[in-house]
Amino acid sequence: MSTSSAGGGSYQKMSMSPKEYQDFAKQREPSRSILTNCIKAFVIGGLICVLGQFIQELYIHLAGMDKKAASNPTVATLIFISVVLTSLGIYDKIAQWAGAGTAVPVTGFANSMCSAALEHRAEGLVLGVGANMFKLAGSVIVYGTVAAFFVGIGHLIFGTGGNH
Amino acid sequence: MLKGKQTWWFENKPVIIGAATVVGPDEGEGPLAADFDLIHPELDMQQKSWEKAERLLLEQATDFAVLHAGLKKDDIQFYIGGDLLNQIISNSFAARSLGAPYIGMFGACSTSMETLALAAQLIDSGNAQHTMAGTVSHNCTAEKQFRYPTEYGSQKPPTAQYTVTGAGAAVLAATGNGPIVECATIGKVMDLGITDPFNMGAAMAPAAVDTLTAHFNDTGRSPSDYDLIVTGDLASVGHPIAKELLIRDGVPMNDTVFTDCGLMVYDINKQKVQAGGSGCGCSAVVTYGHLLKKVQNGDLKRILVAATGALLSPLSFQQGESIPCIAHAVAISAKGV
Repeated sequence: MSTSSAGGGSYQKMSMSPKEYQDFAKQREPSRSILTNCIKAFVIGGLICVLGQFIQELYIHLAGMDKKAASNPTVATLIFISVVLTSLGIYDKIAQWAGAGTAVPVTGFANSMCSAALEHRAEGLVLGVGANMFKLAGSVIVYGTVAAFFVGIGHLIFGTGGNH
Repeated sequence: MLKGKQTWWFENKPVIIGAATVVGPDEGEGPLAADFDLIHPELDMQQKSWEKAERLLLEQATDFAVLHAGLKKDDIQFYIGGDLLNQIISNSFAARSLGAPYIGMFGACSTSMETLALAAQLIDSGNAQHTMAGTVSHNCTAEKQFRYPTEYGSQKPPTAQYTVTGAGAAVLAATGNGPIVECATIGKVMDLGITDPFNMGAAMAPAAVDTLTAHFNDTGRSPSDYDLIVTGDLASVGHPIAKELLIRDGVPMNDTVFTDCGLMVYDINKQKVQAGGSGCGCSAVVTYGHLLKKVQNGDLKRILVAATGALLSPLSFQQGESIPCIAHAVAISAKGV
């Protein structure tokens, strides 16, 4: 409390322990609606999958591919669309709204590589683009491979189903 | 002269004889657009890298400030500047083209008032006739260095802040016309254990509280002695926290207008900037662009700017360290107050 009657003077210094302050600050964080975020992610993620399905059908019916053969060009097309949207500065704006909806599908993976490549172009093709392109995507590949390894071991031991 | 424990009282009344601000497109769409000297319509400013664009902002701001002061570059005896980039390259490179003796400083987003305080100190102590303080930040260089590539699609939480693209510079002199730098309170590093780099406002609020309290205690002033007190970039999460903490400890902040540069630079309801503005350009463009004009035209007689800075590095938060923060406060008044 102010002990000076002449307006100003000695005020008490902040009296809160770090633990108290962290709780105090936590209570004053604006809340994020997990439900709304999940619904948005579900809808946008779903729409991206629907788009993928549509593209695959196009390859099947227009290019006469079978279902398996059509899947690779489908993924490539989605990646292409994502890269174009990233380069035009649109993808990050959709992602702010869609959250995991645009991060989880293959388009998010493409965005992470393309955005890093664009960002580090100024540092040259080798030390910039080449070295930084997997800055974000690298983790996905590392842990994706590790997860696949353990799933493969499980499959070997338990002989559970799957495609042969 | 030292007053109290950590405040420099400038007896010789250093004068801000010229100031200038140059900003990017988002700031140009904000409510203070009319107060900036130059607004770039594009973030890249036709430069080959974000870093070059940031440097250009600062070079233009310092050029304009020297011009507004009615001086030539050669008249600047010391240039004091800092920014957010590693090794403060924007300032060192801009100082190369300025050609003045240069002191580089780093105080993260508090650099604006840190450099102004030292520039005033050099004048007050008689060690210089003309000094210049300058600082800059760019949204894309900050994203690139501290967060993710600018086009990466990550969802930012509502506590995140939007780094201001802008530079501000002020020229100080021993005599002349302009607002007076009355005193400066140099802050201590405060760390209450906040680790979330997307909640800088909450991390920095205790630093602002500490420096403001120290300022009132050192100077014997109270909030009502100021027409306006602003914090640098606490934004919509950190600023109410700072106000609540101050009032809780008996500092009558309701006796004055207490706001934040990060809430002034954008229209946070319309522009997509989450909690508000941040970066060393934030308090620099608001103070040098908007507030100094208000002091000069008599709308405000005396103001206190407490610029807040989060002293983290990308490495330190990835290693799980908490965020040390600092705030420096500078009191500016109209001549003859």
